[in-house]
Amino acid sequence: MESKPLSPHLQIYRPQLTSVLSISHRASGIFLGTAGLLALVVWLGSIALGPSQYEMTMSFLRHPLMLPLLLLWTGAFYYHLSNGIRHLFWDMGVGFELSTAYRSGYAVIGSTIALTSATWIYAFFEVIVEVIG
Amino acid sequence: MAEFTLPKNSKIVEGKTYDFSTDGGNNKVFSVYRWDPDSKELPKIDKYIIDLDNCGPMVLDAIIYIKNEIDPTLTFRRSCREGICGSCAMNIDGTNTLACTKSIQSVKKAVKIYPLPHMKVAKDLVPDLKHFYDQYASIKPWLQSETPPPAEKERLQSKAEREKIDGLYECILCACCSTSCPSYWWNSDRYLGPAALLQSYRWLADSRDESTEERLDALEDPFKLYRCHTIMNCAKTCPKGLNPAKAIAEIKKMMASRSLETN
Repeated sequence: MESKPLSPHLQIYRPQLTSVLSISHRASGIFLGTAGLLALVVWLGSIALGPSQYEMTMSFLRHPLMLPLLLLWTGAFYYHLSNGIRHLFWDMGVGFELSTAYRSGYAVIGSTIALTSATWIYAFFEVIVEVIG
Repeated sequence: MAEFTLPKNSKIVEGKTYDFSTDGGNNKVFSVYRWDPDSKELPKIDKYIIDLDNCGPMVLDAIIYIKNEIDPTLTFRRSCREGICGSCAMNIDGTNTLACTKSIQSVKKAVKIYPLPHMKVAKDLVPDLKHFYDQYASIKPWLQSETPPPAEKERLQSKAEREKIDGLYECILCACCSTSCPSYWWNSDRYLGPAALLQSYRWLADSRDESTEERLDALEDPFKLYRCHTIMNCAKTCPKGLNPAKAIAEIKKMMASRSLETN
């Protein structure tokens, strides 16, 4: 007998807020745990190696081409943190009503944008003070 | 490891177009997944353009019209046509639902119809549900009680006890939820999926059932229960408005409190 085909799945299923936030949680976790952790280890290692190595690492991290990656890193961090808190509520059995899950989902997106913006506004302010002062 | 693409024999090609539109009519395109087990061909998408003034308001009315008037080979399951039997579950406009309760008007553009996702296809819109039913049977969906029922009486429940199975007993096993769940797509060989787990909780929550411990023992496994990652596509898609994600969370809570008690 001819083997039965598999019906389409990812290809045809409309992305849902719930599923997009779920896969983003996993993606941000993988990003933070690989590239993010590597950057952190390099940075800490350069501190241990002394001032000149630290300066070198910092000039590398401050390079304009690194800025998008750092932005992604802070965004992923705050997203994973916010959505992780959402997961802790779920683990207690709270927030499963569909309307609540949507509200908490939008809240996670909002807090990610707010915390990331606040961090970068603060960082730019520090840079400006450094340049002027 | 999860397979994100379709296997070779499942790739979808373009099919035929059946233009039954009328001039100035209320015309609508229906793109329907077709696969015939008797042919050696790949699955295809056939397009039917019909005048909606010729059929009823629901997607099921449209595909019955197509079968009766245009193409009698189109194959799908249906029975009650009022959302109580669960036979006509399919993927319409990107989400799983019952064709009989999905209005054509709620779909803006062409109506895309596929069988329930990530299932073996028996023919056209008919998925093979054997594994799904086997998983349902595996949770022993019947009352298990050592205590004999009171003489010449049924086992009574208080109002509060009875309310605990509200939102659970209404499940019609249409499989919309399980086949909407990415975790079920990748792990259905070992993960029971939202429908079977909601049913499992239906019996765990039943005051008359006395095999709670055995039921929880049977779910104590890295896959059967714990592949639920609270994606919540199940609750979003359920045509009966039930919440399998919440039921699964309740089982996880029972598991956690049980292990705290024994330790």
